[in-house]
Amino acid sequence: MSELAIFPARAVRHRSFLVGAALTAALIATAGVSLVWTPLSPYVIDVPHKLQLPSAEHWFGTDSLGHDVFSMLMVGAQNSILVGVIAVSIGLGLGTALGAVAAARRGWVEEAVMRLSDFAFAFPAILTAIMLTAVLGPGIVNSILAIGIFNIPIFARVTRGSAKVVWERDFVLASRAAGRGPFGITLAHVLPNILSVVIVQATIQFANAILWEAALSYLGLGTQPPQPSWGRMLNDAQAQLFQAPWLAVFPGLAIMLAVLGLNLLGDGLRDLLDPRLARGR
Amino acid sequence: MALIAVEDLSLTLATARGTATALRGVGFALERGETLGLIGESGSGKSLTALSLMGLLPEGARLSGHIRFDGQELVGLAERDYCRLRGNRIAMIFQEPMTALNPVQPIGRQVAEPLLLHKRLGAASARAEAVRLLDRVGIPNARRRADSYPHQLSGGQRQRVTIAMALACGPDLLIADEPTTALDVTVQRQILELIADLVEERGMALLLISHDLAVIAESVERMLVMYGGSIVESGPTAAIFGRMAHPYTQGLFAARPRLGATRGTRLATIAGAVPELADLPRGCPFAGRCTLTIDACWPAPPPPESVGPGHVARCIRLEKVLAPR
Repeated sequence: MSELAIFPARAVRHRSFLVGAALTAALIATAGVSLVWTPLSPYVIDVPHKLQLPSAEHWFGTDSLGHDVFSMLMVGAQNSILVGVIAVSIGLGLGTALGAVAAARRGWVEEAVMRLSDFAFAFPAILTAIMLTAVLGPGIVNSILAIGIFNIPIFARVTRGSAKVVWERDFVLASRAAGRGPFGITLAHVLPNILSVVIVQATIQFANAILWEAALSYLGLGTQPPQPSWGRMLNDAQAQLFQAPWLAVFPGLAIMLAVLGLNLLGDGLRDLLDPRLARGR
Repeated sequence: MALIAVEDLSLTLATARGTATALRGVGFALERGETLGLIGESGSGKSLTALSLMGLLPEGARLSGHIRFDGQELVGLAERDYCRLRGNRIAMIFQEPMTALNPVQPIGRQVAEPLLLHKRLGAASARAEAVRLLDRVGIPNARRRADSYPHQLSGGQRQRVTIAMALACGPDLLIADEPTTALDVTVQRQILELIADLVEERGMALLLISHDLAVIAESVERMLVMYGGSIVESGPTAAIFGRMAHPYTQGLFAARPRLGATRGTRLATIAGAVPELADLPRGCPFAGRCTLTIDACWPAPPPPESVGPGHVARCIRLEKVLAPR
């Protein structure tokens, strides 16, 4: 694609895209490395060395049970990525399909999809997730499901809105005149033209998924021990906030940087993938 | 039997101001190999006539009357069956080549689209056929150009691509809706010549829609003049240009700009504006704007009156219009 051919040249000049891409790459790299190597095991309980300050041995100190915080953060990145990827895939897959069908069929189908998503939006995201995990039971699988289900209406709306604009374009009429039905037009013309919008939304929802997973784990509804999770580390740190404040700072920073990175990446992609801005810059 | 026979076609649209009658009793027939022009101002119903034939009307449109294509009734035809006709036996070229192509798909794939849909060709043979079509419509270096994206082509070339798309399956009827309006005058001629060549070469029927008298005069054998959703005059192009019978046709002809006119000559215009479809007069649509309007023009649509062989005008004041002055 010609737009893609000039993409790298424009990308290197887009500062927030570069920062976002670097932070996101760091997040993925950390999770990748932690699969094969961590400085110490994040699962080993070492009570004699609990609540230690950062040192050469324990880079970010140790928590109330003597776990190495740096290693826990590394492994926690896996957790965040896992939740983000699966939850966004659920939302993207089902939501985009529903939104595309709504835009193509119109009429009562569109009404039904949109009213259902209004219904889902009426409840705050985190409340929905708490409700779902409360019903299904706490745990990582259920929190992924809860976040994924909440992502469905978000993608459905974004897809429907952009798809409706594409449906009004002349080339869709031309394709109808060539004999393509609504399903074929959606696949061949509508989806490729809204791809950039969906990619940007996916990046931003990825950040939100990390945030929501941390919140659910903080509330004890998400990842269960001994699996390290940034949200649960915050919860544990709360009890020792005055003796060992660094325990809250490091997971908090990790969450902030991951979310910031993905949001910057999403904003950068939005600028870079917009064909109207693609020329003349 | 005519390839396409349109009888008493009426169309109503749902608008913000209520139901508007967009077409009123439109009728015409077209044989294979014949060329028919449809001329009228913006809003006269030209494009809606084309979209009615294609079955691509906007939501809330209600069509009545008959469209018989090769004996098959198209009014009320199921969408699934319509999809089999569109692009296959009836094809259309649109006005705006800039927007009628998908910006994120190479042109070769877009030309191959109807072939994949209707002819059940494999990807490789569809591509080969698409390259052949692009070559036929005059895209230089078609094999390489098939991988170009629309924005890499000029307006004239893009219109050639949409023509290739329309021709892909060898349609029986080609509808060209203002195919040259968005193009430079020099390119206009090339595109019209290309369409004329292709129509002759393939024995298609052509319905050419335009608001440009010169385009119609040069390109078609017969023509329809449309105003306010009705056909006010129809007949062989030469006969109409030789003896314009309807006051609207005369007004349209008088209003065309001419090169070489004396400096300071004002362009003739038709008084008034095209009536809104929602409040068309019950009788002759041109009543009120026409200088010859009498009371009898208002209550009922005028019946067709013969002017010459195959030449018909819907006006009750023909003897006055055609009277030697």
